[in-house]
Amino acid sequence: MGFYDSLEKFEGFDLESFFKKVSDDDILRAINNTSIDELDLLSLLSPQAGRHLEAMAQKSQELTLRNFGRVIYLYAPLYLGNFCDNECLYCGFKRDNPIERRKLSLPEVEKEAEAIAATGIRHILILTGESRQQTPVSYLKDCVLALKNYFSSISIEVYPLEAGEYKELIDVGVDGLTLYQETYDRSLYRQLHPRGPKSDFLYRLDAPDRAAGMKMRSLSIGALLGLADFRREAFFLGLHASYMEHRYPEVELSVSLPRFQRAAGDFSPVFPVGEAEFVQIMTALRLFLPRAGINISTREGHALRANLIGLGVTRMSAGSRTEVGGYALDGKTEGQFEVADKCGVSEVKEMIVKRGYQPVLKDWQAI
Amino acid sequence: MEDTLVIAGRRISSRFLLGTGKFASYTLMKEAIEACGAHIVTVALRRVDKGSKDENILDFIPAGRILMPNTSGARNADEAIRLARLARAAGCGEWVKVEIISDNKFLLPDNAETIKATDVLAKEGFIVMPYFNPDLMDARRLKDAGAASIMPLGSPIGTNKGLRTRELVSILVEEIDLPVIVDAGLGLPSQAAEAMELGCDAVLVNTAVATADDPVLMARAFAMAVEGGRSAWRARPASAGRYAKASSPLTGFLR
Repeated sequence: MGFYDSLEKFEGFDLESFFKKVSDDDILRAINNTSIDELDLLSLLSPQAGRHLEAMAQKSQELTLRNFGRVIYLYAPLYLGNFCDNECLYCGFKRDNPIERRKLSLPEVEKEAEAIAATGIRHILILTGESRQQTPVSYLKDCVLALKNYFSSISIEVYPLEAGEYKELIDVGVDGLTLYQETYDRSLYRQLHPRGPKSDFLYRLDAPDRAAGMKMRSLSIGALLGLADFRREAFFLGLHASYMEHRYPEVELSVSLPRFQRAAGDFSPVFPVGEAEFVQIMTALRLFLPRAGINISTREGHALRANLIGLGVTRMSAGSRTEVGGYALDGKTEGQFEVADKCGVSEVKEMIVKRGYQPVLKDWQAI
Repeated sequence: MEDTLVIAGRRISSRFLLGTGKFASYTLMKEAIEACGAHIVTVALRRVDKGSKDENILDFIPAGRILMPNTSGARNADEAIRLARLARAAGCGEWVKVEIISDNKFLLPDNAETIKATDVLAKEGFIVMPYFNPDLMDARRLKDAGAASIMPLGSPIGTNKGLRTRELVSILVEEIDLPVIVDAGLGLPSQAAEAMELGCDAVLVNTAVATADDPVLMARAFAMAVEGGRSAWRARPASAGRYAKASSPLTGFLR
């Protein structure tokens, strides 16, 4: 059944023992070979590979240039609502957090859309908490229809849906799905998502398959880095992406590397990921998945994002607000997470140009 | 003797076609087009944003070029057809490069869907230039479907590996009475020259130019190599042999 089979195969794999045996030769072979397998990916994620970061970065740049050119695609998130039935320990939107709850009315959606579109953004990612009652699929469809007048591409980052629901959204104009598994560690997943619909690990894990089966054009998957051992998480993310590429070759696949940031509540990351480790993850995944897009959101600061250009990243959010009503409305709510790169779209574009790359605002349109 | 490439009745002044993706800026792209003198330039319709207040790629295509939108992003014939119609409605003209890819990992074209789309679009009056896997039978089908040229790949898009499909492409050159334009995979001017020496009518390059450190200089280098390769083909090269030719041949006494 889906990616679960591959996950199960490696779940009991003793990473620690494997890492102990990784040699410099293993790492150099993984860097220099044109096609690398799962164990090569693990070598690149090993602690020892930290010594070869420059070589990994060089190879990552070469592959990214060849496959994507000197361009960075931009998009912006639009939070439609923050009602949520889940109790994810790390999330600002969790049910018990005493924050103001809100969902945008359709006229408000248009106001937000106008403000975002005025910055030049053409690709929008719409988000909600998980509340089938407050933000049902019918509401999402209405929002998509309203947003079509402002944007050339609309992606969703909402609770996992049934295949037929993905089809309904595709039919009204959605072309992309972003869905993070958060952690590929099943027992940790249970602890972090104790109650609510999100506690169903497998239903979430299979959602990208359901969307791809309905011909969703692009998919972005990811793990929330900081919740668990990042080497293991990055490895399973790589496996998941590779499975998706193989199973659904027509899908434009990307991986996202969200690093945990402070959110409303008192959760702090148990396995913080440093900048060098972050670069190791990104370049290792690039070497393993030369054709996959790599997203870096405004969770990362402006200076780091600038330095990551040329190392593997292909897509960035810009000018993001993670509050409901954050772009144009008064009385906006608290954000889902703290935005680190607070620069506007034009500043992000300038930064990209300064790095010798072209910011691309439109890369798809509804056909 | 005049040696001009003619496609769909139009005289094409350069046998070097340039793609416009992957450049660091539109200005650089424009300079590259001007430097190499490409007459036909391809633009991905997915990138064209006529309503944008931002830079519009079409404003950076120098005057006098033939704009050939491509259907990049199409996963099947139906999507390619819709993209082509959108391009025409947006004022991008009649030329279209049909590019149908249902495998994002290797970016190999889907010949069956490409033939279908070529058939429909040619009937609608488009000048159709299909990008395909070099297969002789499919090339014949494309010709029957109304293609204005055929564009076999040299190797997968963006790989810079050169003319790995040499044997198959040479069969197309011999058998298909349409311009044969090698598209995709050429990484160096010498590889473009190789395609031209083989008798191909033109080549289309994007990645190798756009991602070079100096794209303008590289564009010019490709154009020169294409011209050189073409001249070499026209000059009918002497055959290459394994052994040195003796200056006193053994059969000299028979003359």
